[in-house]
Amino acid sequence: MEKEGWNQEVNREPGPAAPEQYPKAYLYQRIVKAKLMMEQRFTEPLDGAKLCDEAHFSRTHFIRLFKQVYGVSPRVYLGNLRLEHARTLLEQGHSATDSCYASGYQSVPTFSRAFKQRFGLAPAKYKGRHLAQAGHMQSAPMEHIPPCYAHWLGWPEIGDPG
Amino acid sequence: MIARITHVSVYVLDQDEALEFYVNKLGFRKHADIPMPGGGRWLTVVPPGQEDLEVALMPTSPWGPWNAQNAATMRELVQQGMFGFAAFKCKDVRATYEELSAKGVEFPLPPTQQPYGIIAVLKDNSGNTFSLSEFEPSKPGSDHGEN
Repeated sequence: MEKEGWNQEVNREPGPAAPEQYPKAYLYQRIVKAKLMMEQRFTEPLDGAKLCDEAHFSRTHFIRLFKQVYGVSPRVYLGNLRLEHARTLLEQGHSATDSCYASGYQSVPTFSRAFKQRFGLAPAKYKGRHLAQAGHMQSAPMEHIPPCYAHWLGWPEIGDPG
Repeated sequence: MIARITHVSVYVLDQDEALEFYVNKLGFRKHADIPMPGGGRWLTVVPPGQEDLEVALMPTSPWGPWNAQNAATMRELVQQGMFGFAAFKCKDVRATYEELSAKGVEFPLPPTQQPYGIIAVLKDNSGNTFSLSEFEPSKPGSDHGEN
């Protein structure tokens, strides 16, 4: 057992229930395709029906499989994608309003509420906090680099008079 | 008493290319990117949903404590896949395999059923290998991606 590497042929009988637990490969490919499509087009007004059509699934089948594979419904996943994108835009210095519309949200209050629910801060506050932290990383790098790494890499003198 | 791991290192051939890979293929987020005045760059990424664990993308070039020979040896070993720096968990190995393959990630071992579960092994664009396995459905963390 210990001598078996992952790259060596492991010759075992498949477990009795193993193959049936998983949908067939093409189902995976379609689910993954739908997910990648969301990742590419989340800024557009996508809805569930459109996604099901593109992936050639019935609505209930699609939602059930997606949840089984990713642990969240397609709708929640799409929301997460939009919020992550908005977060990146805010971190780059864009305004809350611009980040909202550029992420596929149609309404600022809806966006703000969802953002706050996920990240614990309103978009503008999040942006301010992030930019302050990013600035601090540049002005006081040693507070963001563990001392063992810094000393080993030869950075003890930077921002550290000791 | 040691309470947590906050930082781990992965040695990479090129920091920019590694950053692109970890962010755009694996879905990590860039955390710290600090150019150091004395040379070098402190670059860390955080795994999705686990933003208090920084993965430092460490260069394998001759700088800091690395002399040319050590750096060359390290590069050679990294490229040959001699290092497995971490193990990843996901909700569904086959779906993750399909998705990452579609994005061009190489899998030295595609999803394989083992007595202890389904596993796969993927490779980053430097040559480091990572195992990929599934959460047990009833364990905490199995709902990753959920708010």
